[in-house]
Amino acid sequence: MAAYLLRRLLGSILILIGISLVTFVLLYLLPADPARQIAGRSATAATVENIREQLGLNLPFYERYLRYLGGLLQGDLGRSYIQRTEVSTLIAARLPPSLLLMGAGILAELLIGLTLGVVAALRRRSRLDQGLMVLSFVGVSAPQFVVGILLIYVFAYRLGWFPLSGYGTPQHLVLPALTLGFLGAGWYARMMRSSMLDVMQQDFVRTARAKGLSKARVILRHAVPNALLPIVAMVGIDVGILMSGIVVVESVFGWPGIGQLAWQAIQRVDIPIIMGVTLVAAWAIVIGNLFADVLALFVDPRIKLR
Amino acid sequence: MRDLSAAVASEQGPRQVLERISFDLYEGETLCIAGESGSGKSITALSLMGLLPEGARVTAGEVWLGGKNLFALPEREMLKVRGGEIAMIFQEPMTSLNPVMTIGTQLVEALRAHRDVSASGAKADAVQMLESVRISDAARRFRQYPHELSGGMRQRVMIAIALCCDPKVLIADEPTTALDVTIQAQILALMEDLQKQFRTAILLITHDMGVVAEMADRVVVMNQGQVVESDNVANVFTSPREAYTQKLLAAVPKLGSMAKRDRPLRAAHSEKAPMSDQRHQPVVRVRDLTVRFDIVGGLLQRPLRRVHAVERISFDIAAGETLALVGESGCGKSTTGKALLNLLPWEGRIAVAGRDIAGLSPAAMAPVRRDIQMIFQDPFASLDPRMTVGRLVAEPLVIHRMAKGQELEDRVVELFRRVGLGPDALRRHPHEFSGGQRQRICIARALTLNPKIIVADESVSALDVSVQAQVLELLQELQDELDLSFLFISHDMSVVEQVSHRVAVMYLGQIVELGPRAAVFENPRHDYTKRLLEAVPIADPTRRRGDRVRLTGEVPSPVRPLDFSPDYVRLNDYGNGHLAAV
Repeated sequence: MAAYLLRRLLGSILILIGISLVTFVLLYLLPADPARQIAGRSATAATVENIREQLGLNLPFYERYLRYLGGLLQGDLGRSYIQRTEVSTLIAARLPPSLLLMGAGILAELLIGLTLGVVAALRRRSRLDQGLMVLSFVGVSAPQFVVGILLIYVFAYRLGWFPLSGYGTPQHLVLPALTLGFLGAGWYARMMRSSMLDVMQQDFVRTARAKGLSKARVILRHAVPNALLPIVAMVGIDVGILMSGIVVVESVFGWPGIGQLAWQAIQRVDIPIIMGVTLVAAWAIVIGNLFADVLALFVDPRIKLR
Repeated sequence: MRDLSAAVASEQGPRQVLERISFDLYEGETLCIAGESGSGKSITALSLMGLLPEGARVTAGEVWLGGKNLFALPEREMLKVRGGEIAMIFQEPMTSLNPVMTIGTQLVEALRAHRDVSASGAKADAVQMLESVRISDAARRFRQYPHELSGGMRQRVMIAIALCCDPKVLIADEPTTALDVTIQAQILALMEDLQKQFRTAILLITHDMGVVAEMADRVVVMNQGQVVESDNVANVFTSPREAYTQKLLAAVPKLGSMAKRDRPLRAAHSEKAPMSDQRHQPVVRVRDLTVRFDIVGGLLQRPLRRVHAVERISFDIAAGETLALVGESGCGKSTTGKALLNLLPWEGRIAVAGRDIAGLSPAAMAPVRRDIQMIFQDPFASLDPRMTVGRLVAEPLVIHRMAKGQELEDRVVELFRRVGLGPDALRRHPHEFSGGQRQRICIARALTLNPKIIVADESVSALDVSVQAQVLELLQELQDELDLSFLFISHDMSVVEQVSHRVAVMYLGQIVELGPRAAVFENPRHDYTKRLLEAVPIADPTRRRGDRVRLTGEVPSPVRPLDFSPDYVRLNDYGNGHLAAV
């Protein structure tokens, strides 16, 4: 177990270095000039050149990347071009709200998606099943900003149950979490439905019924835990999808997380922040996957880590 | 049971699968329902339990248990009957237990579903139940998960679960079909012992007439959803009334029926004895074949343990000869077959038709594969479902660029004719054929390149006996006509006795006995060979083994630590090519 975790963590460092290189190249190829953005429209060519030199933007590509990587390996994400603050400080301030939102989003999508999936499987081919599958299809295909705005309109503006936007109280969390989880809920409902249908056909479910167990016990104790096994691995992958969702959802709801930080930085070509947020997001995905694999170990006794 | 009829939903509306099935089952007796696949024997059992799969339902009939008509009971009452009064065990011990629950939990759950016992009391009872199905170290096993137990052990656990609430009836649906023959003998013996102890009535469903002869008091023979014949076991075997029963029994290979014969059962009489022809080199020559697999792990993925699948085995196969490779699961017999086709890495020396195949690249192997071909166990899984069978059979010729156009077509039609299929079959897909027909197609595919030898890995094991007999006949005809050799890999001693010239018995990766068929079967020298032969149930109730050996041992695992060096058996020559380990 310890050897496995160590190997996976070492591997994740290589992944992060790879991602940092790809992101760096993409930002380098960008036609926008950060120095001109900072200097403003009226600045002279000399001022722009001055800023470029200060930031080291005049150096050749490989040198810029090696410098960045060197800093990165010492835990230094650099300084924001515009806010003149350490990127790590900015991210540290913005990360807790984002993690809270993601956690709530995952919880929402699992609770809704898995429940609906089980219900649909048990009522297979009924009207209810068909209705739920249409709903899940809507969930998978509806753009998140549309879902977010609709939820705000109905539950915040019309009904007034929740605040329109902002951050602070549990009420603030509900609508963004639902928006974030809506897509995943559709996904999980479909996956759980087919996983349940598969498990219900298995021999051990027949054994459980042959023992004379009640239907509820057969489903909850025997079928559902086994149907969850393939879902667990999906949760790891899901972290990546949520990471991209967070940028949209935080903007719609004015949520002060790293999604908004990234959005603002992209608009102003604030390269150190873009790099920093990308790496944090990548790291979260890697950790999320590792977490899912370790979780699988606990739910499925047959899995042995090697 | 009276006049049970059942139907399953199909695209053409309900299809009748059971027609007016009636029988009685008395306390303490064993009633066997025997029949081939599709006879409706499993559906009968499942409808008794109210466990029919989706789409199937009982259309008429009644089942009386004591004073209750089970088909009239509400579901709430039926829950008490299931597991409480009628319990059931299934064919596949590997999949019949919940993989994410400990066996203890699964056993306790069954106990507490029907009896009002405390958690600790149930645990004590469960451990005791595990002991009574002869699971050693029961307290530790109680905490283990199904995957940590062998197939035989899992079937014991299933029996413990079934019998823990002292049911009146135990339904056993092919309970030993998926198990090795020595394990089968243990499980059958266990069922008999427990039956005496608990006075349980057993309804045993099986396709294996050997098991029927061994276990049954009375027999119900079923075919295509109907009862063909129903009588006590002696009458069914000695004087079957119905033609179907007679045909079925005639097709069953009986161990020991080959005594005093010197050639395989269906071989042509003009056959020249292949062994006598010493001048020709053997078609296959194997020397010191060793196959080991490493199990890797840890930080650097270094080998941790090693599977000793095959250890220094040597044998020859002459032209026109069938060498049978027998042994139980994990003994290395299939691995040996694959090594002959270079399908996995091995050490030692193998020559096929005089060509040394060690270390040949796939390209260099191509001409060798014209001489050696393979047929597998599962005819359903070994044909690509999206290709027509004509293309499947033609494919080897295309790959080896040996024919095209009209010539290719003619060759394929001829091959189909040779295995007993018409030219109209060519354009159809695998799912349109029965199991036996598919295995014929696999044989045609193997014959396409005119091989000298065919490795047949459990090739008739998945077939019903009557179909099995036809396929064996086809294989023998091919051998007589084409002077083909076979490496016949099988766990079924009765079939091996019928088809082989020589037999090699494998145990834990090594050959422990090798010799002419008659010598090995009639005068076995090695203990393991003897045990294997004794464990085979014989389809003759007069030859029932009165006091069976109550073995509990299982074959040890071939997974060993890295520094393990195997003890090689020394083969002693008993004359006439009969070798056995001392």
